[in-house]
Amino acid sequence: MTGNAPILELDRLGKVFSADGHSVAALDDVSLAFTRGECHAIVGESGSGKTTLANLVLGLIGATSGEIRFDGATLGRSRTREQKRAIQLVQQNPLSALNPRRSVGASIRLPLDVHDLGRRSERDARVASLLQEVGLEPEHARRSPRGLSGGQRQRIAIARALACEPELLVLDEPTSALDVLVQARVLQLLQRLRQERGLTYLFITHDLAVVRAIADRVSVFQKGRLVETGPVETLFSDPKSAYTRELIGAIPVVTEAEAALRAAIRAGAPVPAGAE
Amino acid sequence: MASNTLQKPVLAIRGLRLAFGDRRHPTPVLHGISMHIRPGEKVALVGESGSGKSVTARLAMGLLQDQKRVHVSGSIFFDGIDAAKGGPEIARRRGNRVAMIFQDPTSALNPTFKIRGQFRDVLRSGDRSISNDEADLRAEAALAEVSIPDPKRALDSYAFQLSGGMNQRVMIAMALANRPQLLIADEPGTALDVTVQAQTLNLMHELTEKTGTSVLLISHNLGVVREFADRVYVIYRGRIVEHGTTAQLFNDPRHPYTRALLAAIPKISGGGLPDLPERSPEFESPLIVHEGCGEPTEAFA
Repeated sequence: MTGNAPILELDRLGKVFSADGHSVAALDDVSLAFTRGECHAIVGESGSGKTTLANLVLGLIGATSGEIRFDGATLGRSRTREQKRAIQLVQQNPLSALNPRRSVGASIRLPLDVHDLGRRSERDARVASLLQEVGLEPEHARRSPRGLSGGQRQRIAIARALACEPELLVLDEPTSALDVLVQARVLQLLQRLRQERGLTYLFITHDLAVVRAIADRVSVFQKGRLVETGPVETLFSDPKSAYTRELIGAIPVVTEAEAALRAAIRAGAPVPAGAE
Repeated sequence: MASNTLQKPVLAIRGLRLAFGDRRHPTPVLHGISMHIRPGEKVALVGESGSGKSVTARLAMGLLQDQKRVHVSGSIFFDGIDAAKGGPEIARRRGNRVAMIFQDPTSALNPTFKIRGQFRDVLRSGDRSISNDEADLRAEAALAEVSIPDPKRALDSYAFQLSGGMNQRVMIAMALANRPQLLIADEPGTALDVTVQAQTLNLMHELTEKTGTSVLLISHNLGVVREFADRVYVIYRGRIVEHGTTAQLFNDPRHPYTRALLAAIPKISGGGLPDLPERSPEFESPLIVHEGCGEPTEAFA
């Protein structure tokens, strides 16, 4: 999978928000490449610029400087239908992401109609198979999202994003609102879908333990700047920046092995490989 | 610390049941839970959303009992009264004998009053005769104690002018200002960044050790519980399923539900994701109590 041309490239990307004479660089001169088929995590605390990054990639806001390239082509704010289809979003709170007045089936079918995908007569069958792909039943199509659990709703949001046959999924804290047992199942589902469909993930999260479980690469942001990027193993064995060490050092952990790793990182020592 | 088993508990909950709805078709939420906290102890009640952990905290504060369509039985012994009955007895103790810290400090503070006025109200609930000047002096000292750099300026601010971390410090300072016997912390710092959350927990730990205040920590985060608590109750769908010291529970989890929770949490040391069900009849198996951790039998009140 490595050695592939990157599917998404950010080239000296910058975004400045200004109001009343004040301006804030929400994203400052960020260059980053996303390899096809990888799960690339974007990590940072509030105000780090991770949501701004997502909004730029999705074309919801325009960049102040720099360039975004997708499959080699420059992505501006005005995008072709095809470019819009290729990048889809899964949000943190599935209840507010799904229209409560629309049935689950109608929500998943809408992108099929908008992008005119497949034959009209086959679209309901497509909805049913998408529901099964995310671990739900075809019967869920008739239900309202209100009557479903948080985990089921997030599965529906994922099915809707998949309906467009995207190449890149922007996952914005997709499991932060879920209970741990539900989170584990949804992360497993995302892992499986990525392998089966060859998807690329831009996975935004504040939870470094989730990053460890699901990501191949990770980029750490602080106040709009990229402070560290690399393979996930390297980040946890030998974090380069003081900020990354601070972030890992603050995570509440549940096992002795984690506590030992965290203590080593707090002390600033590289963790020997296999010391897990 | 824990294991001062000779001292009378500060809080003792016995067979607490709670249901919502009309009398003929109530929806049970708590199915008879019992727990206790001794002086100076930090006890966690940990569970997922809908398990009943937050309503337990609200009942202990007397905040639910007076509402309509709320049915409570069992008892909550605190400071010589039965708080399960609700009413003025527990209301009088709120803010001075028992205090609470909430998840989102910015929305827990009143946006229409400056911190100064809110702090005066808190101090006045502990001492009615306190003058404004005296209250301000005590407030400044309390804010300095939680490492707020410029206490005077903080007192003259509205909550929305301060950061989440600052508001959390203000909340902690207010909650402990009257030296309560018991502090109830409901998901403290969950809405904040991890580094700020860690500072919040350290601060709570430090100050409650100093004042000897007992803490009931309500959390869904087992990591936070392991860092903070001396003893832990695990709650699942309105029932306590496991009870032990923090070391017992994390080194030797025995209940299927506790084991599943611990296995399902992603670890920074790696190890991938386990294949676990979201629900299982096994999770409803009976309570497991670790050695030396039973409910006290001595008389209360």
